[in-house]
Amino acid sequence: MTNSSLSKAFIAIIKRDLTLALRTRSEIANPLIFFVIIVSLFPLAVSPEPELLKTMAPGVIWVAALLSTMLSLDSIFRSDFEDGSLEQMLLSPHPMPILVLGKIIAHWLVSGLPLIFLAPLLGVLLFLPYDAMPALLATLALGTPVLSLVGAIGVALTVGLRRGGVLLSLLVLPLYIPVLIFASNAIATAAADMSIKGQLYFLAAMFALALTLAPLATAAALRISLR
Amino acid sequence: MKEFLHMGGYAMYVWPSYGLALGILLWNIILPMRRKKQQIASIKRRLSRAKNEK
Amino acid sequence: MWSFFHRLASPKHFYLFANRIIPWLGWSTLITFIIGTYLGLFVAPTDYQQGESYRIIYIHVPAAWMSMFVYMIMAIAGGIGLIWKMKMADIIASSAAPLGAAFTILALITGSLWGKPMWGTWWIWDARLTSELILLFLYLGFIALQSAIEDRRTAANACAILALVGVVNIPIIHYSVEWWNTLHQGPTVTRFGKSAMATSMLIPLLTMFLAFKLYFGTTLLMRARVEILERERDTTWMKKMIMGSDK
Repeated sequence: MTNSSLSKAFIAIIKRDLTLALRTRSEIANPLIFFVIIVSLFPLAVSPEPELLKTMAPGVIWVAALLSTMLSLDSIFRSDFEDGSLEQMLLSPHPMPILVLGKIIAHWLVSGLPLIFLAPLLGVLLFLPYDAMPALLATLALGTPVLSLVGAIGVALTVGLRRGGVLLSLLVLPLYIPVLIFASNAIATAAADMSIKGQLYFLAAMFALALTLAPLATAAALRISLR
Repeated sequence: MKEFLHMGGYAMYVWPSYGLALGILLWNIILPMRRKKQQIASIKRRLSRAKNEK
Repeated sequence: MWSFFHRLASPKHFYLFANRIIPWLGWSTLITFIIGTYLGLFVAPTDYQQGESYRIIYIHVPAAWMSMFVYMIMAIAGGIGLIWKMKMADIIASSAAPLGAAFTILALITGSLWGKPMWGTWWIWDARLTSELILLFLYLGFIALQSAIEDRRTAANACAILALVGVVNIPIIHYSVEWWNTLHQGPTVTRFGKSAMATSMLIPLLTMFLAFKLYFGTTLLMRARVEILERERDTTWMKKMIMGSDK
């Protein structure tokens, strides 16, 4: 098995998942619409008063990002599990963590990336100061991959279950808390125009940790759920 | 004795926490005991039923 | 000596071992508890700052420590079950989870009961209480996943992975909550470190620690024993034993 076929398989998985996801447009759009709706609920629920919304903006945007990633997580393995292609991947000679990483990247491109483009619009909705916008984009760029990676472990654990949805959020949300803390705090500090290097380093560290360990745990969890 | 129970004015906090601790700890002992009895009884019932059929 | 330890891996030996040791553990737990509470409530002097309310520490701190300790046990047992495919390790992990959750709930409620006189509110987003709350979510996730999967083997392995992922995340969650707490909380909260206590207050605490550990040992063995009864119900040794004596 020459090494090149591994990278070919890796690219093939990403391409395959992207084409599959792009075919069902609504499956991509729903989490994003959900993201916008959640954020626009807060001014209605709390108060439209800019001063208050400004302080809440980082937390609200990030919690909404968390929930919308949670919503879209199910699509990583669900369709492959049902038509059996997940088993084929498990049987393939290539190491499973690499293939799983490919699927997670494809999921991030479809769910995390659009969040990053949408977030500034919602920042304006919540009167987020303009000098906090770069921090918002930076934290989302570093944070959303972690959400997909850690979320994939939860999905792999609950892929065999019929009603895994709510259980998935119970498993995965506590693991999202460190990312939420550092990201929303980074934006708040940036809004008070102080340097946010420290928070970004922490987010990058978590990204590196998730990038290396999460595929291994996901592959092991898949092997177990599909037994 | 009454003064002791008064707990320097904090009786309302100290005694509920000790009481709750006792409750939770006892509950975790009684539950396995009860389940053990039920298990043994159900195994016995199945065994005796199997014997009668033979 | 090692053969004794290996024999424990078989449910039959574990069951007999548990039957023998549970009475001893049970009584020593009871005695240590009585000594600990007696020392804690009667002998230990009143705290100059918090008066009598600090006596809740003798329940709160051991329970909080046990909630972390039990999660470690669950992760280790899960890991052993995953690597060496030992059924007993899975049984230990699944019996430990509800106990850990009970300790966490106990720590949370006693923490808030203690916070009321000291900080004036039932709940305060103190770093330790918050990480304790997140730990409770991890336990609930573990128990929910375990009851969601029908097949016992898959459930045990899936929960083992969740416990291992959780154990990696606990220090991360703990330090990010500490970091978050120091930002939003001025240093006004009195930091009463365990070591800063007078020895006369420390001895009851250590006794209570021992009592909680013994208690955990007893209830873990009891729960594991019941689990073995459930799983091994149709094995011959079980039938012989049940028919043989009513143990």
